[in-house]
Amino acid sequence: MKKTVLLGALTVAGLAAGASAAATLDDVKARGSLKCGVSTGLPGFSATDANGTWVGFDVDVCRAVAAAVLGDASKVEFTPLTTQTRFTALASGEIDMLARNTTWTFSRDNDLKLEFTGVNYYDGQGFMVPKDLGVSSAKDLDGATVCIQTGTTTELNLADFFRVNNISYEPVPIETNAEAQQQYLAGACDVYTTDASGLAATRATFEDPAGHVILPEIISKEPLGPAVRHGDNEWGDIVRWSLNAMIAAEELDVTSANVEEKAASDIPEVQRLLGTAGELGAMLGLEAGWAKAIISQVGNYGESFERNVGEATPIALARGLNAQWTDGGLLYAPPFR
Amino acid sequence: MSDTHAQTVAYVRETMLEQKEPPITETGAIKWLRENLFSGAVNIILTVVSIFVIVWGLGHILPWFLNSIWDAGSLTECREIRNELYGSDASSACFAVISARWHQLLFGFYPQELYWRPVLAFVLLLSALAPVLFNSLPRKLLTWSMLAPFVMYFLLWGGTIWGPLMVLAGFVLGSVAFRFGGQVNAIIAVLAAILVPVLFWLFLAGPIAGALSNLMPIGITNVESKDMGGFMLATIIGVSGITLSLPLGIILALGRQSDMFLINKMSVAFIETIRGVPLIVWLFTASLLLNYFLPRGTNFDLMLRVIIMVTLFASAYIAEVVRGGLAALPKGQYEAADALGLDYWKSMRLIVLPQALKISIPGIVNTFIGLFKDTTLVVFIGLLDPIGLSNTIRATTEWNGIYWELFVFIGLMFFIFCFSMGRYSLFLEKKLQRGHR
Amino acid sequence: MSTFPETPKDGFRLSQLIYDTRYRSLTIQVVAMILLVLFFSWLVSNTIQNLSDLGKDFYFGFLSQPAGYDINQRLIEYSSESSHGRAALVGILNTILVAFLGCVLATILGIFAGVLRLSKNWLVSRLIAVYVEGFRNVPLLLWIIAIFAIMSEAMPQPRAFREGGGASMLLGDSVAVTNRGVYIPKPVWGDNSTILVGVFILSVIGIFIFRSYARKRQEATGDILPVFWISAALFFIPSVLAYYILGRPVTLDYPELGGFNFKGGLHLRNSLIALWLALSLYTGAFIAEIVRAGILSVSKGQTEAAYALGLRPGRTMNLVILPQALRVIIPPLISQFLNLTKNSSLAIAVGYMDVRATLGGITVNQTGRELEGILLLGLFYLVLSLVISGGMNIYNNSVKLKER
Repeated sequence: MKKTVLLGALTVAGLAAGASAAATLDDVKARGSLKCGVSTGLPGFSATDANGTWVGFDVDVCRAVAAAVLGDASKVEFTPLTTQTRFTALASGEIDMLARNTTWTFSRDNDLKLEFTGVNYYDGQGFMVPKDLGVSSAKDLDGATVCIQTGTTTELNLADFFRVNNISYEPVPIETNAEAQQQYLAGACDVYTTDASGLAATRATFEDPAGHVILPEIISKEPLGPAVRHGDNEWGDIVRWSLNAMIAAEELDVTSANVEEKAASDIPEVQRLLGTAGELGAMLGLEAGWAKAIISQVGNYGESFERNVGEATPIALARGLNAQWTDGGLLYAPPFR
Repeated sequence: MSDTHAQTVAYVRETMLEQKEPPITETGAIKWLRENLFSGAVNIILTVVSIFVIVWGLGHILPWFLNSIWDAGSLTECREIRNELYGSDASSACFAVISARWHQLLFGFYPQELYWRPVLAFVLLLSALAPVLFNSLPRKLLTWSMLAPFVMYFLLWGGTIWGPLMVLAGFVLGSVAFRFGGQVNAIIAVLAAILVPVLFWLFLAGPIAGALSNLMPIGITNVESKDMGGFMLATIIGVSGITLSLPLGIILALGRQSDMFLINKMSVAFIETIRGVPLIVWLFTASLLLNYFLPRGTNFDLMLRVIIMVTLFASAYIAEVVRGGLAALPKGQYEAADALGLDYWKSMRLIVLPQALKISIPGIVNTFIGLFKDTTLVVFIGLLDPIGLSNTIRATTEWNGIYWELFVFIGLMFFIFCFSMGRYSLFLEKKLQRGHR
Repeated sequence: MSTFPETPKDGFRLSQLIYDTRYRSLTIQVVAMILLVLFFSWLVSNTIQNLSDLGKDFYFGFLSQPAGYDINQRLIEYSSESSHGRAALVGILNTILVAFLGCVLATILGIFAGVLRLSKNWLVSRLIAVYVEGFRNVPLLLWIIAIFAIMSEAMPQPRAFREGGGASMLLGDSVAVTNRGVYIPKPVWGDNSTILVGVFILSVIGIFIFRSYARKRQEATGDILPVFWISAALFFIPSVLAYYILGRPVTLDYPELGGFNFKGGLHLRNSLIALWLALSLYTGAFIAEIVRAGILSVSKGQTEAAYALGLRPGRTMNLVILPQALRVIIPPLISQFLNLTKNSSLAIAVGYMDVRATLGGITVNQTGRELEGILLLGLFYLVLSLVISGGMNIYNNSVKLKER
């Protein structure tokens, strides 16, 4: 497919290509690459290194799906999207899936015709304040100036929270995280509010991280997860189970390092997951070794977490809600059977 | 009585007096200072205020610049180096981010080993522009200017060579059809010149290019437009927007001057609608709405959509510039063309437009500068222009928290580009003014 | 047919549509019209098809649903329970406000810079050149972001106004300049304040009447009345008298530090000020060039003639040069005003909630109604542009040299 862009444009403008509502899997296979929408930049979740390679926790979800479908985690075309363009890009077929720290909400699922295929990060909206402000609870923030990023659920939660608690506040909407940081550090707002993971990532970059506290209140549920178009259930299943495979692999203690020896083990569920027994791959329309490819190339959920946002990284997020259910978290992959 | 008179005068100078130095206030630096800086109460106040502004401004910026750190792996390292060298409360720029990521700001994610291609394309661009911009060069070079876009396209995107060749072939076919049609009559010539290439591109070009590239796979590594970013992206959007909008803009300008009621009103409506709405809304249209307007399943990449939108946008501005050029042409030129018995298109092509376009070049260059700066708006729809890249660079854990350094670099680059183009347009304006008098 | 007796009798042939100049233009127009209609119906049918494929509809009902987000600067009542339509209206008013303020300041800055760039003072003209070139050649978006950031870095935080914080309020504790904006006293309109406003308006009208009288008198007799002083007296004395006679109906509400921020008074937010400054400085640089070109277009003989009449340089500029330059200046000035208005759509970069940020930003984002939202947004800007250019064209026609 080395059709040039110009020629391609001319052809498509003339010949209306047929609707491709229910064949994303075929499209991806024919194209040989997965088109995945990610954030234009969110520390730990999606960013590019000096070579232009995308790395991050959301990026790993894309790579996992590519590994499952195409057997190669590097065959992903990343499309950076803003909060404004993300849903349209998905609806119009510009991307095959969206992995852009997007909150799963009722109206997005139903009104915007998206289908969320799981949760890769359980987040919640929090507040960060300078320590010397002497604030210990979000309820003390009466009259405070609050920096928020626009275009997200954050500003809706904020409005709800302050209205319910009958507190006045002054919102300062900011377009990008970098500007919000700058404004907050310059003291142009008393509080910075966004997802707790974002707050931690931001605080990690301060000259004096200890001078800022994240308040105990988490005012919203922000289940962030990958999404696909409504109506293509086969494709939705693939994305859903690629994520589940990563989660289950951690639970079953399968890592990128030991995946080969685990494949030879005699634990039934591990065998089914890694394709040495059963026909789970065929049920998805994929190769038998689809999950093995994910784990060997991307790693299990825990590995991806530690690599991108875990305690060893500057962002240093604790597992918290994102621990396995066996460890008191919310990660609970349905059985592979 | 001259004698007596001579006696009454006590002293008569017989030689010229040696020329004296002018008073110290009327020479050299002091004179210059007096005349230029301290020539009156108002001026003295202005001077003092200016000096204050300069000193105050430099006092804030200079230390930051002079203490800048160019070699570090991350912002934290930068801060450590600064603490070592200047102490922790000194202000110091961390330009290490530029040394680490300058190539991304210039080329986006273009493969590093292929940087020679955009650079060569840029040089070709300059060489192709030279005959258009400088009259002293031989006119034959204009042929090269016509060919260069295809070469540049091939260099930037790569892939098979047959794609651009087929597009070029379409144009050649069109002009051939025009030649042949012209022997029958003018209308058929125009129709043929439009229909033949369009049909060729739609139905023949794709298969032929495919077949040829199977037979003779000549080509270079394909680079996709999503890998392009930074100033390269800004330049591509700006240059292709202006070049492609020229023909459209000329037609619109002629339409706006036309006596035909409908044509005139349609041109006016188009121009005013485009000019009345901010570019950012048009960009949103390109990124959010174009998918609604086109048949289901049509999907071409965002950069191309942006280029199309920018072309339409620029064409309205170009139309106004060209209209100015048409209006500035003396009426006698139109009448002379009519008197020679030329029909409308011939009089336009041979007499009016060459002169009108020549007058319009400074305006076109100014439109280009404006458009080039406006390409920064694509950051709002997720394209990685320099500002968009500054966001992705800040999203990495190494450089999260860096702010001014990136903006200073981007601003400086824009300034260099735009300022030099502005100087050129000024030079041209002066030359044209002389040409008219 | 009777009106064209020379036309051939064998009637109308189809080829006449192309070859006969009487019909040709009609043919071209009809063909163009048909093509246009076809094109639009193609777009519309595609849109309808796509909408139904996506399971969406084309419906403006979302405008009456609750918006759910807060807006900091609102010129009319608004809360997060208000509708999306009202949020759009708040945004529209904010856009108009910043565009109006921007046009005024840009004109002032532009005229000053344009005149000063021609100043004989070397330092001043160089400094202005740096300003003009610096702003003209760097994208506006960068300037907006930079000015916003500089303001928040350079100005004191509200906390600094506490005891021993190092910052203090200006003008007798009535104005506070902070990095969240400027707090100024807000007038509180009490009883009888309408009378006071009436008196003020009457005195302003009086000034205009007096000025035209003074001009007529000067033209008729040559006497020059002290216009400035009498105008100033007319401006202040009646209003001040009325203020005390009516028992001080208007009081000022001073900002005071309380909690996290200043409370009371009028809060000019940093986002507004930064956007306003950036737009004005940017457009002002372009206007400066227009003004300079306008002044240079007035032939030197005019200046020399004015000097020969004994006019001082200031009066020469005001009475002779600028009025003539104005005719050259106004048309490009109109398009600069339009540019400024359109550029105000970059407000989102500093979080100023203009119509692009409310209707075209958060509302579209939360409701997923991009088609309707962007359409309304484009329509609003189009109408605004047409109104501005229409109004300015009327003004332009009134100052234009009446030639024939």
